[in-house]
Amino acid sequence: MKEYLPFEISERPNPSGWVIITVSLLALLSAFIAASFVFWAYGTNPISAYTALFDGAFGGVYELLETIRRAIPLLLAGVGLVIAFKAQFWNIGAEGQLLLGTIAATWVALFSPVPEPLMVPAMFFFGFLAGSLWALVPAVLKSKLGINDVITTLMMNYIAINLVLFLVQGPWKGEKQWGFPYSDNFPDGAQLGTIGSSNVHWLTLVIGLVAALLIYILINRTTPGYEIRVLGSNPSAGRFAGMSYVKTSIMVMFISGGMAGMAGVGEIAGVHHMLRNPSELSLGYGYTAIIVAWLARKNPLAVILTAFFFGAIFSGGDALKVSLGLPFQITDVFNGLILFFLIGSEILMNYKIEWRRS
Amino acid sequence: MNQKTTPIIRFDSIVKRFPDVVANDEVSFSVEEGTVHSLLGENGAGKTTLMKVLYGLYQKNSGTIYLKGEKTDIVSPMKAIELGIGMVHQHFKLVSNHTVIENIALGLTDVSMTRPTRQIERKLIELAGKYGLDVEPRAKIWQLSAGEKQRAEILRALYRGAEILILDEPTSVLTPGETERLFNVLEEMVTGGKTVIFITHKLDEVMKISDQVTVLREGRVIDTLATASTNKRELSKKMVGREVLFDLERDPCNRGEDVLEVEGLTTYNDKGVIAVNDLSFTVCEGEILGVAGVAGNGQRELSEVLTGLRGATSGKVVINGKDLTNATPRRIADERVAHVPEDRIKQGIVGELTLNDNAILKSYRKRPFSRGIFLDYKKVREWTENLIEEFNVKAPGTDTPANLLSGGNIQKLILGREVSSNPRLIIASHPTYGLDVGSAEQIRNLLLKQREDGVAVLLISENLTEITSLSDRIAVLFEGNLMGMVERDQATREEIGMMMAGTPLEQL
Ligand SMILES: Nc1ncnc2c1ncn2[C@@H]1O[C@H](COP(=O)(O)OP(=O)(O)OP(=O)(O)O)[C@@H](O)[C@H]1O
Ligand SMILES: [Mg+2]
Repeated sequence: MKEYLPFEISERPNPSGWVIITVSLLALLSAFIAASFVFWAYGTNPISAYTALFDGAFGGVYELLETIRRAIPLLLAGVGLVIAFKAQFWNIGAEGQLLLGTIAATWVALFSPVPEPLMVPAMFFFGFLAGSLWALVPAVLKSKLGINDVITTLMMNYIAINLVLFLVQGPWKGEKQWGFPYSDNFPDGAQLGTIGSSNVHWLTLVIGLVAALLIYILINRTTPGYEIRVLGSNPSAGRFAGMSYVKTSIMVMFISGGMAGMAGVGEIAGVHHMLRNPSELSLGYGYTAIIVAWLARKNPLAVILTAFFFGAIFSGGDALKVSLGLPFQITDVFNGLILFFLIGSEILMNYKIEWRRS
Repeated sequence: MNQKTTPIIRFDSIVKRFPDVVANDEVSFSVEEGTVHSLLGENGAGKTTLMKVLYGLYQKNSGTIYLKGEKTDIVSPMKAIELGIGMVHQHFKLVSNHTVIENIALGLTDVSMTRPTRQIERKLIELAGKYGLDVEPRAKIWQLSAGEKQRAEILRALYRGAEILILDEPTSVLTPGETERLFNVLEEMVTGGKTVIFITHKLDEVMKISDQVTVLREGRVIDTLATASTNKRELSKKMVGREVLFDLERDPCNRGEDVLEVEGLTTYNDKGVIAVNDLSFTVCEGEILGVAGVAGNGQRELSEVLTGLRGATSGKVVINGKDLTNATPRRIADERVAHVPEDRIKQGIVGELTLNDNAILKSYRKRPFSRGIFLDYKKVREWTENLIEEFNVKAPGTDTPANLLSGGNIQKLILGREVSSNPRLIIASHPTYGLDVGSAEQIRNLLLKQREDGVAVLLISENLTEITSLSDRIAVLFEGNLMGMVERDQATREEIGMMMAGTPLEQL
């Protein structure tokens, strides 16, 4: 039976960069093929769907800028997740941490004594802090009490969502918003500058790019980063070397939550200028960032690429809704399929499959 | 001689290349049916690789394997199992949260849908009885001792119908008693017509259990001979390419100040049972204190409690005159305490990281490897290169991930790292586990050299020869209790053996 298969399969304990890239691209390709069945089932020609998707993401300057704008929160949150994943901390809570960033920004913009000229730095500062503190709860629960991080970070998302809902329907409900569940508009000093008339808040983009580089250096060239790599790959060896799991968990979650928090600041201060329904503020960026970090194979610099890629799926997905009348969940379907194939392909990187020589 | 039957396995010019090394270079030899055939060779000689080729885990670059005279392509372990080949790996491959039965069920295709464990259990008990491989089928793997885990692995291979059983360094994790039992099992199997390929570094075992032995050096076959017509000295010379001295030169002991003082130390093991009971002893500068005892009598817990990896429930640990009872591992390491852990894969290295990263596991916070929070990989690389050279670690380069090294070379890397950290106290658990005789000799000399330089050494080993040839004083542990402490020249092996079996010194 097996001997007729034309393949030879052998172990590959440490896959090279090329292998990882090839396998990832194959996984993406498979996801696109699978998605074409969804289009087909909808009565849409997959080829015209992909054409529309591509045009919507890269078809012109406007489209490209729209792609970049979607990529910004994914970049910030994704880079933060990379450092958590590197330490084997499964932070599924970027969505909630991002929302905490929007709350902090709203507080700075509307309710704090911070003078207008200082509002932008203050928003990023407090946004970072709010996301961090939100992320520290699961960090402490895991490292001190051994409580599962996936569950706690995920649950904290729902608390954050309801916290925002409570604020916009209750204490922070805007007086000039005709009874809508919005906060008041941010003052001018709390609105980020954008490129031209687009929604690309360039300051957040710059922060994201710099953070990607800094986190890359942190992980690969510093002692705390060394501790992250050791503890993330063999915790007993880390303990043997005198490293503190608690300290490192707290550090990675501090940075991870903080990055998501800043992503939230960018969204609210760059695009929405008011606190509103969480599903409008985020579009699930915190969840998609998980896939972004995963596709980047935990390399912070690669997140720049993968965030852009998923930005394109978001903006291309928008175009699909408009031009082909597909339901808006289409981006979720894409994201889901991509994650599915990525995780499924993980195992393939560790095996070599060759045609059998005769 | 000329009416030989067809050998059950014939390797013909097997070549296996890795990107940076030729692990097997034109390997040719035959294994006769119904015999125990040993593979002997230095660390990194290519023994494990050759066996993985036979087991279908690696694909050879060229050459042919003949099974019972027939040219065979072994494309996968599944194919190997189908052909009746079973392998017990150097590092066990069992799922620790599952039972023995469940581990055996893994990968089986012909189990019944209803109550599969019942079916397996019945056959398992039958097999276990036949070969004397007793292990509780419903026990979870993590509850088993090393010997039991190994019996589970052997059972798994036999269950799948192995006619040829490969054992990769099976005895390095076993107590002498368990080794004895393993040998009985192997004899039983050979009597039943099965064939065993046996990898070990222990020459005594080669002489005792095997019919034939093949010596590998740097991927090449040096010789295949009948054990009846050779001896240990000849074998070690073939293996290393030079004469190995079994007797070590040592200067008399210059005892200095106490470096380690232990008083009334008590601790529990992972299962919550007392593992070290009211232990008191000292180790001073320039002295090697050997701790003898059958594995599992508290040695592991002792080394962990001394290095801060395990809490003491009572008693005191004083190092360099400072009370460090229950101090953190880092605090203790900062007192220049080096530790060669018993479980090298789990504690000693980070397999996915490079040799550079592994070489600084204990010293990454110190100059010149880091300044402030920044690591200086140029310095790290230089240091790693030195380490590799000095300790003769066979590795293609310092950027290789540690898990690509052979078992013995990993051990040498750990030893080198710990010993070169300029320690005052070395706590070494089984430092020569899995090392070939040449490397073991080098390590023993190194420990003696450290001792001459005034380092205090606590040597934990079950290898009595190693203990008696290195130690100045010997302490014997039995069920966590100190059975006695004897000076090197006052001890006889018999007395130590009696103490290891639980008779206190006073009653001898
Ligand atoms: N998957 C791999 N990729 C690259 N190199 C490898 C791989 N496996 C083994 N090697 C190299 O091949 C050589 C032979 O290794 P092998 O594990 O066969 O040695 P060994 O004889 O079993 O040694 P030991 O007694 O130390 O276990 C070593 O130099 C090792 O570093
Ligand atoms: Mg080996």
